[in-house]
Amino acid sequence: MKDTFDENAERKAWMGLLAKAPEGRVAALLDAAMTRPEFTWLRAPEIGSTMVRGRAGGTGAPFNIGEVTVTRCALTLATGEVGHAYIQGRRKSDAEAAALVDALMQGARAGAIRKAVLVPLEAEQSAAKAARAEKAAATKVEFFTMARGED
Amino acid sequence: MQATALAGGFDTPAIGSAHAFRCVMEAMARPGTVQDIQGAAPPAPLSVAAGTVLLTLCDTDTPVYLAGKADTDDVRTWLAFHTGAPLTGPSHAMFAFGDWDALMPLDSYPVGTPEYPDRSTTLIVECAELEAAGAKLRGPGIESEAALSLPETRAFQSNRALFPLGLDFIFTCDSRLAALPRSTEVL
Repeated sequence: MKDTFDENAERKAWMGLLAKAPEGRVAALLDAAMTRPEFTWLRAPEIGSTMVRGRAGGTGAPFNIGEVTVTRCALTLATGEVGHAYIQGRRKSDAEAAALVDALMQGARAGAIRKAVLVPLEAEQSAAKAARAEKAAATKVEFFTMARGED
Repeated sequence: MQATALAGGFDTPAIGSAHAFRCVMEAMARPGTVQDIQGAAPPAPLSVAAGTVLLTLCDTDTPVYLAGKADTDDVRTWLAFHTGAPLTGPSHAMFAFGDWDALMPLDSYPVGTPEYPDRSTTLIVECAELEAAGAKLRGPGIESEAALSLPETRAFQSNRALFPLGLDFIFTCDSRLAALPRSTEVL
């Protein structure tokens, strides 16, 4: 157990949320909330692949699972905040939207963005997760042994 | 996070790095010629040429040593963002960057092994001036004789004596670059 406080935990959480969002969803929420601010590219969206590693049981020795396609980009707003995005798949416009949200979350409008983009995204993701778990739970089979009445 | 320290990469990475690589290759193949190179806009004290060379040649598998005044936070952040190259000391570096005095002593860099002569350091030397005049050069890639303004001659002569081991040098100044591979004889 780590006893240090991870100061990036909050940012990690929202970047994970943006990375897992379905196609076009972040852009739709962002455009509904505000007009996109001006920005300049530090790294224009580019597509590459990255190795995903895992640990057996979460604690074993790390091993390579396989490569996934990743789109990444970095941009800076006129006010100086830097936003990064790493998105699975070949989705340049999604990477742009995610990087914009990441940059805006570090600025003065963080509260509004959280309410308009992150909260609905989180609700959708936990609803989808719950629906999937429910569907799986409905097919659960209880095995039990009946008394054979030998006595 | 400072956005200014991250700006200044290639506009089009594939094309920019291909052009820059061609420049470095030409310079290495013809010691004593001065090439124009551009593409990157690195933070001070990196020159345009040095920044472009680092962007082109460095990646996560090439440890870089930043010597002396070159080792600033801005340079570290910029290199990490654009190349991901790990920083290291001179004894494990594949590339070293700095001005000539800061890079000394030369015997702290790996010169390769007889089985793997490529496991040596390439020194990127920032120069105040760079022109095709000065010390006389002879060797592969030079028809009869070439000249290059070198910071000194003795170090390069003893480096040549190690051939096929040894260090390779790239000299940068503003947006110009020249190279001195280990095969070149300095007269």
